[in-house]
Amino acid sequence: MHHTIEVRGLSFAYPDGFQALRGVDLHVSPGEKVALVGPNGAGKSTLVLHLNGILRGQGEVQVCGLPVEDKNLGRIRASVGLVFQDPDDQLFSPSVREDVAFGPIYMGLTEDEVGRRVQAALASVGMPESAARVPHHLSGGEKKRIAIATVLAMEPEILVLDEPTAGLDPRGRRGLIRLLAELPQTMLVSTHDLRMVQELFLRTVVLDQGQVVADGPTATLMADAALLAAHGLEA
Amino acid sequence: MHFDLTDQYRPRPSVVHHLDPRVKVVLALGFILAAGLTPIGAWSGFAALLILALAASLASRLGLTFALRRSYIALPFVLVALPLVFTIPGEIVYQTPLTGWTITAQGLDRFLSLILRSWIAIQAAILLVAVAPFPDVVWALGALRVPRLLVATIGFMYRYFFVLADETARMLRARTARSAEAQGRRKPSLLWQGGVAGAMVGSLFLRALERSERVHAAMLARGYNGQMPSLAHREMRRMDWLVLLAALLLLVGRLAWARLS
Amino acid sequence: MLAPLVRMHIPDGFLTPAISVIGWAIAVVLIVVALRRTRRQLDDRMVPMMGVLAAFLFAAQAINFPVAAGTSGHLIGAALAAIVMGPWAATLIMTAVLAVQGLLFQDGGLVVMGWNIVNMGAIAAFSGYLAYTLARRLGGESRAAVMAASFAAGWISVVVASLATAIELAASLTSPLVLAVAAMGSVHALIGVGEGVITAAAVGLLLTTRPGLLQSGATAPGGRTATVILVGLAAALLVAAFSPLASPSPDGLEAVAASQGFLGLGRSASYPILPDYTVPFVSHPALATIAAVMVGTLVVFGGAVIIGRLATRRKTADL
Repeated sequence: MHHTIEVRGLSFAYPDGFQALRGVDLHVSPGEKVALVGPNGAGKSTLVLHLNGILRGQGEVQVCGLPVEDKNLGRIRASVGLVFQDPDDQLFSPSVREDVAFGPIYMGLTEDEVGRRVQAALASVGMPESAARVPHHLSGGEKKRIAIATVLAMEPEILVLDEPTAGLDPRGRRGLIRLLAELPQTMLVSTHDLRMVQELFLRTVVLDQGQVVADGPTATLMADAALLAAHGLEA
Repeated sequence: MHFDLTDQYRPRPSVVHHLDPRVKVVLALGFILAAGLTPIGAWSGFAALLILALAASLASRLGLTFALRRSYIALPFVLVALPLVFTIPGEIVYQTPLTGWTITAQGLDRFLSLILRSWIAIQAAILLVAVAPFPDVVWALGALRVPRLLVATIGFMYRYFFVLADETARMLRARTARSAEAQGRRKPSLLWQGGVAGAMVGSLFLRALERSERVHAAMLARGYNGQMPSLAHREMRRMDWLVLLAALLLLVGRLAWARLS
Repeated sequence: MLAPLVRMHIPDGFLTPAISVIGWAIAVVLIVVALRRTRRQLDDRMVPMMGVLAAFLFAAQAINFPVAAGTSGHLIGAALAAIVMGPWAATLIMTAVLAVQGLLFQDGGLVVMGWNIVNMGAIAAFSGYLAYTLARRLGGESRAAVMAASFAAGWISVVVASLATAIELAASLTSPLVLAVAAMGSVHALIGVGEGVITAAAVGLLLTTRPGLLQSGATAPGGRTATVILVGLAAALLVAAFSPLASPSPDGLEAVAASQGFLGLGRSASYPILPDYTVPFVSHPALATIAAVMVGTLVVFGGAVIIGRLATRRKTADL
């Protein structure tokens, strides 16, 4: 059995010279739900963008047993569902249906299969009647859900989410947490919301200045006040 | 500046709304062309087109005056053509007392025909976006063989216009909030104000560029490789063909009669 | 009175169907080439980048500042787009903007959209781009030089596009040539200042925050073709402009009448704007107006180069 996400010694520097990742190791098993935390600028988003090949660094990255290389990108992007921080970046089609259908259409599925997946994805996020709606008329919380639906429609093995609760009001946040609890996929969530982490994720990885500084059971890490303080985290 | 951010689409349970988007686009264009081809002075021809426009408005359950009420947009540009009444020579109808400029019948004919053409055309355009949601119009363009990449770009433009308009509005509001007038101080120079406006434009540009990079990443994450996926397929129903042919026949017939008589 | 002249979007009905079709033919060719060129330049980033930037331009057109007595300066943006992304990409961006403006807001007609795209898309973008690259090459690399070149690009793009618009209106016998050129030219010479200032300031900001961006614009595909295109379009337009005078127009009655009307207009001095716009040794008023505007263009361009040169010289002198 292979690890679903396997990262070994990953280093990456942006074109302007900034070294964002310095030898990161990360292993995630199928079905695990892992939280990725750390201060701003730690490299969380950068790391996440390596998981489907949008960024390429030095070191090894394997996803679902496939090394992240040009020839595997198609399959990898179907297996890793990446949900970005700003749903406006993710909802780029004129209607919800077209947005959710984009991924499946791209995979070359038949019209019937696409329709089935769109329905299923919208149902999974609790918005089955929203297909005809227009993205800019959705509320913040609704946009986040549809953004997740656009990715679920591709039936990925892994869900990677970047700051899912950012900008949501308490009701929207509660709804999203409930949704994440229900979804069966392997999950890696980058977030500042430590209360959500304690509620949903059994394992937490702490990233700071491009390196993994802690990786273990959430309860243990959250009890370590010194660790939290050292890396700008507040429970 | 039309910053009417509300969509122009008005959903109604009408026959016109149910038509295939391609029919709507083709008919709107055909209508505008017919107006342009109606000869100068063919008043009955223009009247017929106007009646057709009103009829279409009624059939769309938008009310008789829907397009009429909104058609004042065309008004200002009309002034550009105003000199026509003076410059086209012919039978003099009136002479201005002070400057001695002459208004001719032919000039008036031409000017009025132009106004009518423009007015009728704009009603067709208003009706088009009222009976078809904009994404449908974009789809129709693609189905009518407009290059797919251009159609996709237009779709994106429409999608992100509201987001960027929001950002712009927020910037403008912030500027207004800091544009206090101190007692006895002069207002800043035009050049400075222009510079501030330019800086706002520049920073908005950067934000838009960065957003487009994030959108690109989101597209890549869902499998995008530069080719636009093929469009959804829509069948033309019998009703669509019927309306299309009937309308075209009407327009062509009326035009032929106007030109020949 | 000035309001309609501030916007260059021609509504339906103001150009004859024949001329509108010609406009579409030209626009289609330009769009096809622009798609191909931009695709090569941007690859799979093209659609999201062009689309979002088009949205930006449309939104940015709302950023205004008061210029004079009720009018406010605001951006058309073709020059800025051309400076940063190259003229072909700029043409595409403007096409998307104009398409949505025309379809959704009835800002500009549908049948005449071909010419609107040619004017505010291609002509504005290419003339602005040419002015920018030339001024920059001649004026130097200093910050002031680049901003001066951007100002020239903005101003020139607006004025040249407005002239083209005037010529098309005249060719459709919608507006007498001399009056159209004079009115549009003068109003847009003023508005062009606003465009120039905003373009220069925007480029200034980009120079500070992301200077690499402007380098890519400078090397974007377009240079030589741009000259060819502009010259071709200019020639075509000039032919169109003077054809009502040279040959009988399709509508029988108008043929003689039109030529009489123009000549009569030329002889009478009843339009106050004209005397300021005649150049002494050029007798035909239309040619004179166009010549006057061209002189203005050269002055602005020359000024930008001189400023650039001075700034560069001062910079090297400081070292």
